[in-house]
Amino acid sequence: MTLDLVLFWIPGAVAILATVAVITRKNASRALIYLVVSLLAVAVIFFMLGAPFAAALEVVVYAGAIVVLFLFVVMMLNLGKTSVMRETRWLQPGMWIGPFILVAILAVAFAYAFAKLDGVETQGEMVGPGAVGAALFGPGPYLLAVELAGFLLLAALVGSYHLGRRYLEERREQD
Amino acid sequence: MAIEVPVFHVLMLAGVLFLLGLAGVLVRRNIMFLLMSLEVMMNAAGLAFIAAGAVWGQPDGQIMFMFILALAAAEVAVALGIVLQISRRFDTLDIDAASDFNG
Repeated sequence: MTLDLVLFWIPGAVAILATVAVITRKNASRALIYLVVSLLAVAVIFFMLGAPFAAALEVVVYAGAIVVLFLFVVMMLNLGKTSVMRETRWLQPGMWIGPFILVAILAVAFAYAFAKLDGVETQGEMVGPGAVGAALFGPGPYLLAVELAGFLLLAALVGSYHLGRRYLEERREQD
Repeated sequence: MAIEVPVFHVLMLAGVLFLLGLAGVLVRRNIMFLLMSLEVMMNAAGLAFIAAGAVWGQPDGQIMFMFILALAAAEVAVALGIVLQISRRFDTLDIDAASDFNG
């Protein structure tokens, strides 16, 4: 029980520290590397909570695909020393005070609400990919949601192609 | 096997990660960092779902996490296209430049 808590908070602390680094870095590519660290730490927590399939998806889709998409855009924008200087100008230390107060109020509200769950524990049971697939694609409440997710991904595909194609075409005309 | 912890701790971790992402969204002006903070917030919401799924020992938490994953992927694909457009038209990554967008 206590050992489980220690085991839980090791990747938990890594995730919090890496996330703090993500929101305070000035260099976009370094922030992305810290984002990968944070996502991998959360993947470890998923695995320990008995969700191995979600942990694998976290590594493959989040750290592997989404962050790499960010990295591609950072490379296309060609951010150099000037962008770090611009970040320093935009990121005055005094700007953190207002958001910090708001976030602290919300943290107190969260702690108060979650404290009502005293005595509720995770079951320590592994729920493998087979159970997830059976519940997702079998007869059940999720069939419509799967279809809608397919529509959403198709719309995103068309939208990102439209936005990116104009960018590439006009760039070719300039050359 | 999987660990047994009070769900309060898992939800507090998810809450702290969510609030860090929220602070990032409020403070940063660079669109790239705004999008990264949004990813952090969605990931924290996913952690809360996984925690709930682990409490009941059911796969539903993981299924909701997969829907969040699809949502995040769709959002990032479109948002990064808009980032490219903003950086080309206004030669900046300032989120305030987006208010000059029309059409």
